[in-house]
Amino acid sequence: MQTCVSNLQFARNGRKCPLIMASKARTLYEKIWDAHVVEQRDDGTCLIYIDRHLVHEVTSPQAFESLRSAGRKVRRPDLTLAVPDHNLPTTARRDETGNRIPILDPQSAQQLEALERNAPDFGIRYIGDADLEQGIVHVVGPEQGFSLPGATIVCGDSHTAAHGGLGALAFGIGTSEVEHVLATQTLLLKQSKTMEVRVEGTLGAGVTPKDVVLHVIGLIGTAGGTGHVIEFCGNVFEEMSVEGRITVCNMAIEGGARAGLVAPDDKTFEYVKGRPMAPKGADWDKALSWWKTLPTDTGATFDKSVHIDAADIQPTVTWGTSPEDTVAIGGVVPDPSSFADPSKQKAAQASLDYMGLTPGTKMADIPVENVFIGSCTNSRIEDLRAAAEVLRGRHKADNVKWAIVVPGSGLVKKQAEAEGLDKVFTDAGLEWREPGCSACLGMNPDKVPAGERCASTSNRNFVGRQGPGSRTHLVSPAMAAAAAVTGHLTDVREL
Amino acid sequence: MEPIRDIAGRAIPFGAKNVDTDVIIPAHWLKTITRDGLGKGAFETIRKDPDNIFDSERYAGAPILIAGDNFGCGSSREHAAWALLDMGVKAVIAPSFSDIFSGNAFKNGILTVVLPQEQVDRLLEVATEHDIAIDLESQTVTTPFQDRFTFEIDPFRKHCLIEGLDEIGLTMARDEAIAAYEGRANSELSFLSGRNAA
Repeated sequence: MQTCVSNLQFARNGRKCPLIMASKARTLYEKIWDAHVVEQRDDGTCLIYIDRHLVHEVTSPQAFESLRSAGRKVRRPDLTLAVPDHNLPTTARRDETGNRIPILDPQSAQQLEALERNAPDFGIRYIGDADLEQGIVHVVGPEQGFSLPGATIVCGDSHTAAHGGLGALAFGIGTSEVEHVLATQTLLLKQSKTMEVRVEGTLGAGVTPKDVVLHVIGLIGTAGGTGHVIEFCGNVFEEMSVEGRITVCNMAIEGGARAGLVAPDDKTFEYVKGRPMAPKGADWDKALSWWKTLPTDTGATFDKSVHIDAADIQPTVTWGTSPEDTVAIGGVVPDPSSFADPSKQKAAQASLDYMGLTPGTKMADIPVENVFIGSCTNSRIEDLRAAAEVLRGRHKADNVKWAIVVPGSGLVKKQAEAEGLDKVFTDAGLEWREPGCSACLGMNPDKVPAGERCASTSNRNFVGRQGPGSRTHLVSPAMAAAAAVTGHLTDVREL
Repeated sequence: MEPIRDIAGRAIPFGAKNVDTDVIIPAHWLKTITRDGLGKGAFETIRKDPDNIFDSERYAGAPILIAGDNFGCGSSREHAAWALLDMGVKAVIAPSFSDIFSGNAFKNGILTVVLPQEQVDRLLEVATEHDIAIDLESQTVTTPFQDRFTFEIDPFRKHCLIEGLDEIGLTMARDEAIAAYEGRANSELSFLSGRNAA
């Protein structure tokens, strides 16, 4: 593990050392880390400066309350952005006369009201529930140019890793850390180990960024990246769109890594340029020249490396209750006895019992009653386009009782409507909703009924994640659309 | 925060691997705006089984939980730590923890003890009948038998736990260093300084 050498020198000899420095070969992660060290303690722990803090309603109320009772202020409200997403119903939020439609669950309403009150109380910009810019924090950040390459970005949500798709160091934090960042704009951290996940070659037809990341998690396991920050390297990620990279990094946490990154390149810069909060004029030029220095140096080493041949990746689905329980769509439900580790055998059996599956069943024979297209993993415009392409001119199967499409933000919704995608979805019998976290987690009215299955583009197939007793199969947007059409998990390439 | 020196008593021999924070506290419990009362929702799905370990008389009020690999994976919800605290858990012993969970636990004064699987297995066995003791000062876990397992802990975390220190207060005392960084960043990394943001 590398330490922040330059800042050690800074601390020792008291001389100023530049934040942007040229030294020995470093990884992308190490360069961003070094540029954000406020100071280093003797034990190696560093006080790290945080450039961007996204706040939502679920993990912030206790932090604001503690600040209030201690008489503390938010140090940098200008680097903080608050957006409600988890609790919001995805049905209409205003009636015809523009009045707010009350939220039925009093606890959800209370949590949303707390954010709406806390943001202005502490001078933080707040994007409201009915604003065009509202959406899932991890969609809004990149979309607004709030999230930038090379920045340190945090949010009280583990899927903050998503912003790493821009080449930012982004990770989820707990509520005490939310409070710490609000009060000090810093976090006390030990540098993580580095892990390279290199995917090279040509992806087959129908293989999307979601399939790539599910495949990676299946391979490394949910603890594979614990203690590490993953950099996704290789031509597959170089050729991937920025939105695809965000999807991949979003699920780094499902592989145990607190953060995932893809090196920023011209595609990233093109994506960021001109967004409302992105740097402009001379600042843009200065940013660009720094961002170009960020990719991992030739000769830099990783603590751990995984190499994957792109040709090995198939459209991938999950069969169990952990994101590592993946299998190619052409495969079958595994036999628990096929796992070497006895505790994994036990876990697999428990998963199959919960999922109501028997070993040997073809994945493509598993019927689904619900389809969810959305979440911070897969609710951007490219995701919706991919789903619409499959659904165009088709209709959902009769056994699919509930199928919803939830755009990641009001702006994604507007764009999709301009392209007529909403019409494609509704013509196919799917519901077109308002932006929010929706059925990714059971915090708002969108839930999968107990005992029923859902082909879901979200990120977690945990027990009860989509509602008590819900059974989740994680898939890509195209595969979710294909399942809606046939009423069972389906290889989109065969449609 | 309550200072911690030693924790002794019954230990719940849970032992499950890859226990995610959705299992520790399901999402519908996250709608609270306080830190209290989450113990009722802790391990809710598991507790639907009337014979579950968490409601067993034998482990009533146990201050220690023994778990398997990768405890606390998944969501960053600190409610998982608050739920454990509310059910009386002051320490969790496991072969490994998710990074976010161990940070959240520490910030709430819950000690996370990492021991090799064989030692955890031994404790799982002992805990069904006997008490377990953790001494933070000497970094050891002992049983009424000859078992004496030592564990590693970050010295800063140990210091904070033993003294019951408020980390935010400590960092706020470094205001001068933070302001100095901001001054440097304002010129060198001006594009990140927030002039365009928010």
